[in-house]
Amino acid sequence: MMTMKGERVRLCAVEAEPMAEAGARWSRDSEYRRLQDSDPALPVSVAEAREHFADEAPSDGEYHFAIHTLDPDRLIGFVSLWLRWQHADAWLGIGIGDRADWGQGYGTEALRIALRYAFDELNLHRVSLTVLGANPRAQRAYEKAGFVVEGRQRGQNQYDGRRIDDVFMGILREEWKDGT
Amino acid sequence: MIDLSQQLFEGEFIRLGALEPEKDAGVISRWTHDLEYGRLTSAKPARPLSPAQVKKQLEEQAKEAREKRNRFDFAIRTQADERLVGTGQLEGLEWNHGHAWLQLSLGEAADRGKGYGGDALKLLLRYAFYELNLYRLTTACFEYNPRGLKFLERHGFVVEVRRRQAIFREGRRWDELRLGLLREEWERQR
Repeated sequence: MMTMKGERVRLCAVEAEPMAEAGARWSRDSEYRRLQDSDPALPVSVAEAREHFADEAPSDGEYHFAIHTLDPDRLIGFVSLWLRWQHADAWLGIGIGDRADWGQGYGTEALRIALRYAFDELNLHRVSLTVLGANPRAQRAYEKAGFVVEGRQRGQNQYDGRRIDDVFMGILREEWKDGT
Repeated sequence: MIDLSQQLFEGEFIRLGALEPEKDAGVISRWTHDLEYGRLTSAKPARPLSPAQVKKQLEEQAKEAREKRNRFDFAIRTQADERLVGTGQLEGLEWNHGHAWLQLSLGEAADRGKGYGGDALKLLLRYAFYELNLYRLTTACFEYNPRGLKFLERHGFVVEVRRRQAIFREGRRWDELRLGLLREEWERQR
């Protein structure tokens, strides 16, 4: 039976208010922001974050989940899938906001649940992501979940005066093994 | 000394110019009715567009370009008779990283293989690297388009990523290739 619950975390619907409050708090950590995407790191206000996470009717093209620890019940991050239905492919993005929660295996477990959802509920053929070349910790977590490096866009990013690759990873349905 | 009289928009067979929503929409609408046109450059479902829809798209692109300066769109017209034969785009610009996406398409099969594409690409590359001062360009090519791949490689693009089976068309799966070109590579090959 399909479940959104793991041993230590669960995925659930995003609620705009707590997510906006947390998102604004997490955005103050520039490392978190830089690892998240290629936009310039910038602290966002709660009001801006609220706009981003507005409670809207769910879209068929995007699936967003909040990551909560089970005990105590606490919001620690998010995971999103952006779909290309016509190719049965999705881009995955994940973030664990507070650095005290990094390296605890929360992301790995959330990733496993998200992949199960992608393959068993959305019936995707593959899931894709990019990870910053300067983020080996995340890359290892993705490899552990079954993602394979498919190439590198050389010098795609510039941070602190240095060029850093974008590493492209993908996992095919046939490569995916549901570990839980 | 820098020679500012060297023209940025004049090629051997073609010139880059502004797109004219009013005038060009009918031609581009005709191109979209051949699904191959869309399938060669985009992963989105190819779809026929009416002239009015194309005009709206072009106007929206121009508005975005004006407001955000994150895209540069060009018409490719023949030197001989100013006929619109294709479009070239530098889009999704990230100024902080010196990066943009490159798109180039010729509308009619009959206009391919005449040197228009190479001519336009040379101008777009010079514009990207010496006018916008970008560090690198990225473009995508699908496995079912070996001719496009050869064209890009001939102009210095390097396959950097092979997104396995990412495209589903004609009942089978194809790889999506990502190609990149760095300014220093382009300068070396000029």
